[in-house]
Amino acid sequence: MKKLLTLALGLSIASAAAAPVTITYWQYDYASKVTAINELIKKFEAANPDITVKQENFPYDAYSQKVASSVPAGQGPDVVNLYYGWLPQYVDAGYLQPLPTKDFPTVLTDATYAPMVKTAKMNGKYYALPTAVRTLAVFYNKDLFKAAGIKTPPKTWDEFIADAGKIVQGAPPRYTTLGFGIQPDGQDYHVLREVLVRQFGGQPYSKDGKTVTYNSDAGAKAMAFYTDLQTKYKLGVPNFFPGNNSYRDAFIAGKVGMIIDGSFAVGTIKSGAKFDWGVAQLPVLTSNAKEKDNFGSYWVNGITKNAKGDKLAASVKFMKFLTSAETQRYWLQNVGEIPASRKLAADPALRKDPVFGPFVASLPYASSTVFVDEAGQRKAWVDAINTVLLQGNSPANAVKAAATSEQKVLDDYYKK
Amino acid sequence: MTASPASVPLRRPGSLKRRQTITAYTFLLLPLLFFLIVRFLPTLVALRLSLYDWNILKEVQPYVGGKNYSRLVQDAIFGKALVNTALYTLIGVPAQIVLGLGVALLLGKIRALQGLFRALYFAPYVTPIVAAAWVWQWLFSPQFGPVNTFLIWLHLPPQPFLTSPGQALATTTALVVWQNLGFQVVLFLAGLSAIPRTFYEAAEIDGASGSAAFWKITLPLLNPTIVFSVVTGTISYLQLFTQVVNLNFTDQGGPLGSTMTVALYIYQMAFGRFQMGYASAITVVLFVIILVITLLQLRFLTRRVDY
Repeated sequence: MKKLLTLALGLSIASAAAAPVTITYWQYDYASKVTAINELIKKFEAANPDITVKQENFPYDAYSQKVASSVPAGQGPDVVNLYYGWLPQYVDAGYLQPLPTKDFPTVLTDATYAPMVKTAKMNGKYYALPTAVRTLAVFYNKDLFKAAGIKTPPKTWDEFIADAGKIVQGAPPRYTTLGFGIQPDGQDYHVLREVLVRQFGGQPYSKDGKTVTYNSDAGAKAMAFYTDLQTKYKLGVPNFFPGNNSYRDAFIAGKVGMIIDGSFAVGTIKSGAKFDWGVAQLPVLTSNAKEKDNFGSYWVNGITKNAKGDKLAASVKFMKFLTSAETQRYWLQNVGEIPASRKLAADPALRKDPVFGPFVASLPYASSTVFVDEAGQRKAWVDAINTVLLQGNSPANAVKAAATSEQKVLDDYYKK
Repeated sequence: MTASPASVPLRRPGSLKRRQTITAYTFLLLPLLFFLIVRFLPTLVALRLSLYDWNILKEVQPYVGGKNYSRLVQDAIFGKALVNTALYTLIGVPAQIVLGLGVALLLGKIRALQGLFRALYFAPYVTPIVAAAWVWQWLFSPQFGPVNTFLIWLHLPPQPFLTSPGQALATTTALVVWQNLGFQVVLFLAGLSAIPRTFYEAAEIDGASGSAAFWKITLPLLNPTIVFSVVTGTISYLQLFTQVVNLNFTDQGGPLGSTMTVALYIYQMAFGRFQMGYASAITVVLFVIILVITLLQLRFLTRRVDY
């Protein structure tokens, strides 16, 4: 009897190994990404006939809650697409499995990926890896620049202010054209935290990311500089266009001289803007400044705790495929995001590309923030900026308030 | 229900009545079960949850007793949300009742095109809230909005509206009042038509003025309608959410928390920051507030009026 059972068990394991495996992949709903993944899945399935990958999508605004609520329910995908800033929470929740070092050697990952990807490494292990990375740059409307008699995009912040000043039309509160599409809750608060604070000689966070360090002279100067763009130089106003992507929509409508946006916006702007536009690296403080900074971010793919046995093996294969050089090239061509691999991003053709070039050039010095509660940390900054813009708070006090509020969020997370 | 004697065997009359009662209870039981499972049970679970540090992304969810509640007391944003919610209610409910009654009285006076006017006033109520909110963003845009264009035409200074912490709440309330007005008008039209004409005729014969007729007849006899409007209106303002979210989508409840409501704060804590325990504690507080206010309103506003 026992023998028979063993035999049956053996048989069932054997048949399970041979049986086709289906794994589920989740990402948010973004047309070009969904199409690209569908095409990539076809390629992957052709190479691995015993594996089927099912893609499921959710609206962007509901994505993080969808993933989060699947965690306690013990359901959800085998391979999941996450914003890098959410990683600490999900790794802590035990939701992600560390990537097997056999297939993803840590040292090799350190060396081959863009420097910012180190924020995906926790407790010495990589839990997830990106296909592509993004940085910030200035998008500028060449037609408006020409009309204002400006020949080249700004290299320093002084030039930035001068150029925007020539383009802006109207006066607060009734502008008709903005010089700079200021938007604290767009990408600007990243520029302030990760770029301006450093350019003014400060450090936004301690090395381990557990302490805020921008409540300093540099922090106050950075806040004063940023808010002056609206209050002193009157280059623009937030929420110029109502809606979700105010500054970007207004830029696409040809009503804004410059915006600061991520490489992820390239596709939208390319298909929407009916004028000549260009991309330039973020300005620096003085023309001889060595301090170049940028904010890098990325979406990662990771394997969840749901993937076990055959599903785990299939998920690892799919992860290898998603991070392969071939997929990264495909992603660049079809989604328009920069490859996460240093080698691929160093491709001379890409570096010279008028649109992608400035983003790629920023990769070596782009930092990513370790977020532990992205929504909470973002709110601390947006509210601090708004107290200056809307209530005339002093920049130094605003930075202090942001620091207190963000430090509390960090403490709440790290204390336990 | 009619039972023909031919098809139903003879029984004692009490038995038929009992069967009908049982049938009624059976039919009532299904919605009741649904209500218990979908409404009542989650309420109790939320009550329990509010005593735990229940973060959706944590593996352990420790019991913390009243800690979530003591955190509420010190939470400035929650305080702001409470004050805002009270303001929304105190401005919105009277505004929509007074306007609703005014429009209904005027509509009662006209004969021509009454149906058209009624439909026009009702249209905002059946317009999707989200769509209306986005249109209002453009209407009240400080830069391009027709409202500011109109103000400038009147030689008045343009206003920041939704982008100013001082004006955002009032602008939001205006949207909600505009949306609820149609429903309020219909309620009052029904209430007015239920008042017998003979009262007014008698008052006229006695030489009562128009305003006396309004204060002595119309208003007292509309009491049930007004109480209903106040209670349901208050509850809906206390739960205000959708308009606030969509009027400032990238900084919901902003600028600077000036439009934040209790319901939105619950949502942000629960689904933006995954602090389910804390969000549940706020839910419990909101529940108690709504319960107490509703009971008080029913106790003090209801008057039996009989002539």
